[in-house]
Amino acid sequence: MFCQECKERPATVHLTQMFNGNKIETHLCEQCAAQKGAVMFDIDNKFSISNLLGSFFGSNYNLPEAKPNAQASSCPECGMNFYDIRQTGKLGCARCYTSFERELQPSLRRIHGNRQHIGKIPRRGGEKVLLKRQIDKLKLDLQQSVANEEYEKAAQIRDQIKEIEKKAI
Amino acid sequence: MKTSINQLLNSNHVHWMDAEGVRESDIVISSRVRLARNLDKVPFPHLLDSESGPKCRRAMDEAIEKSSYQELKHMEWLAFDQVGDLERQILVEKHLISPNHAGSSDSYRGLLVNQDGSLAIMINEEDHLRIQCLLPGLQLEECFKQVIRVDDAFEETLDFAFDDRRGYLTSCPTNVGTGMRASVMLHLPALSISGQAAYIFQNISQLGMTVRGLYGEGTEALGNFFQLSNQITLGQTEEDINSNLIAITEQIVEQERLLRTKLANEMKYQLEDRVGRAYGILTNAWLITSNEALALLSDVRLGADMGIIPNIRMDGLNELVVAIRPAHLQKKAGRDMDATQRDVERAAVIKEKLMGDKEVI
Ligand SMILES: [Zn+2]
Ligand SMILES: [Zn+2]
Repeated sequence: MFCQECKERPATVHLTQMFNGNKIETHLCEQCAAQKGAVMFDIDNKFSISNLLGSFFGSNYNLPEAKPNAQASSCPECGMNFYDIRQTGKLGCARCYTSFERELQPSLRRIHGNRQHIGKIPRRGGEKVLLKRQIDKLKLDLQQSVANEEYEKAAQIRDQIKEIEKKAI
Repeated sequence: MKTSINQLLNSNHVHWMDAEGVRESDIVISSRVRLARNLDKVPFPHLLDSESGPKCRRAMDEAIEKSSYQELKHMEWLAFDQVGDLERQILVEKHLISPNHAGSSDSYRGLLVNQDGSLAIMINEEDHLRIQCLLPGLQLEECFKQVIRVDDAFEETLDFAFDDRRGYLTSCPTNVGTGMRASVMLHLPALSISGQAAYIFQNISQLGMTVRGLYGEGTEALGNFFQLSNQITLGQTEEDINSNLIAITEQIVEQERLLRTKLANEMKYQLEDRVGRAYGILTNAWLITSNEALALLSDVRLGADMGIIPNIRMDGLNELVVAIRPAHLQKKAGRDMDATQRDVERAAVIKEKLMGDKEVI
C-alpha cells in the first residue's frame, strides 16, 4: 500500500479514527506522518494518536529513545515522566514545562522556533512581566542611543531602567 | 433541563447560522476565536480524577460567581455525565465542542454556553478552559473582543498558568503563547471547481496558516467548505494573529468572487445546468448520503448566491449542513438509525427545508 499523501513511499503509519460511528482510516509513510503530525493534533486534537505524537516528541528527530524504566525523573508537581508525555502527547501540568525543559526544547523549537510570547499578559500577577517587557524595550533603545552617540538620551534611558527595576523588585 | 442548553440540543439552529446582513456571509460561513487557558497549580485535564476534577470545577464556579461580567454569569452549565453520546455529538455537529471532548462523560467535564451558542466554554477538555466565540460571517474582531472579555473576567480572581517567555501554558505545547486559534469557515466552490483552492492552500502553511475540511476529519473538503486557521500561537500578538487571518481571508474571498463572475460570464449554461440539477436531485431524492448532500448543497448555495435560484435563505442552507449530520437526524427521529435509514431521513429533511423555505415553488 502506498502513502495517501505523497503516493510514492510505502505506507507504514496506519491510523484509525472513529467519527460519528464511521471508521476513517489513514495510511501514511513515515515522512508524511511526521510532517502531518504537527498539523493533525495541532488545532483541535481531532487525532489523538500516540503513535504520531510519539514521533512528534522525539524518535524521528534524533532524540534518544525514552524508555519507561530508564526515564527515572518525574515532574515533582504531577508525577508524569517524559515517557508518559511522549506517549500521550500532553504535558501533565504547567510545571512540566520547567521539569522537562531540556527534553521538550527540540520539539518546542520545531513548532515555535525561538519565538517568545509577546501577547496578552494575565491581569493578576502579570505586572512583573509587563515591567520586564518595558525594561527589555528600553535596553534596546539604550543600545540604539549609544550606537548613535546620543549619550544624553542614553543616560536618561538608563535612569528610566533603574526606576522600573526598583518597581520590579 | 436549562433553557438555552435544551434549545441547543433540540433544534437545528445556532447563532452562527444567522447569515442575513452579516459581512461576507455568502462566502465566509462563520468566524471563530478560541483561547486555551489552564488554572495554575492544577494538573492538566487528562490527569484530573474524581477528587481533583470536581475541585477544579468548583474553582471555576467561584471565579464566575465573583465576576462582575454578566454575560459570563448567565451562561448555562452542561455536565457531560448528564447527557448521552447522542447529545454530545449534537454539540460537535453544531461546532460547540470538539469530537475529542464528546468522548468524555465525567461530571467535571462539559460545556458552559450562552443563550444563542455564540459563546461557549469547553470545560476540562484538553485544557481547563477553552473559551470560544463563534459568529456568522467575517467577524473575527468581534469574536476576539468577546473571548478576551471572558478571559479578563476569569482573570479577576483566577491565576492562569503563565510563563513570561512561553506565555499561557497549555497541555499540548503546540498551543502555548497566546493559546489562541482563530478560524474562518469558507465556502469556496468556484476556487474548488477551477482547481485553484488546492494551489492556494498548498502555499498557505508558509503564511503560518492551516486548512482543514468541514469537521476537521481528514483533509477532504466536503461540500467545498474549508476551515482556515492560524498555526502559530507564539511570538505574535493576538491582534496580529487575527488581522493576518482577516487579510488572507479577504484575499481568498476576492479570488472566489472573481472566479464566480468569470464562471457566470464564460460558462453560464454549464453553471445553471449544474445548479439546476443539484436542486432537482435534492428536492426529489428519497435516499441521499451525507457526502452527496453536501456536494449538491454546495452547488445550490452557489446558485443562490449568484441569483440563479431565487428565494433561498442562506441561514436555511447553513442549518441544513448541520441538520443532515447523523446525530441531528437521529435526535429528530428520536431513535438510533442505520446508514440507510439516515439516508432516507436526510432526503426528507432536505426536501422539507428547501421546499418549505421557498416562498414560490
Ligand atoms: Zn508519504
Ligand atoms: Zn508536571
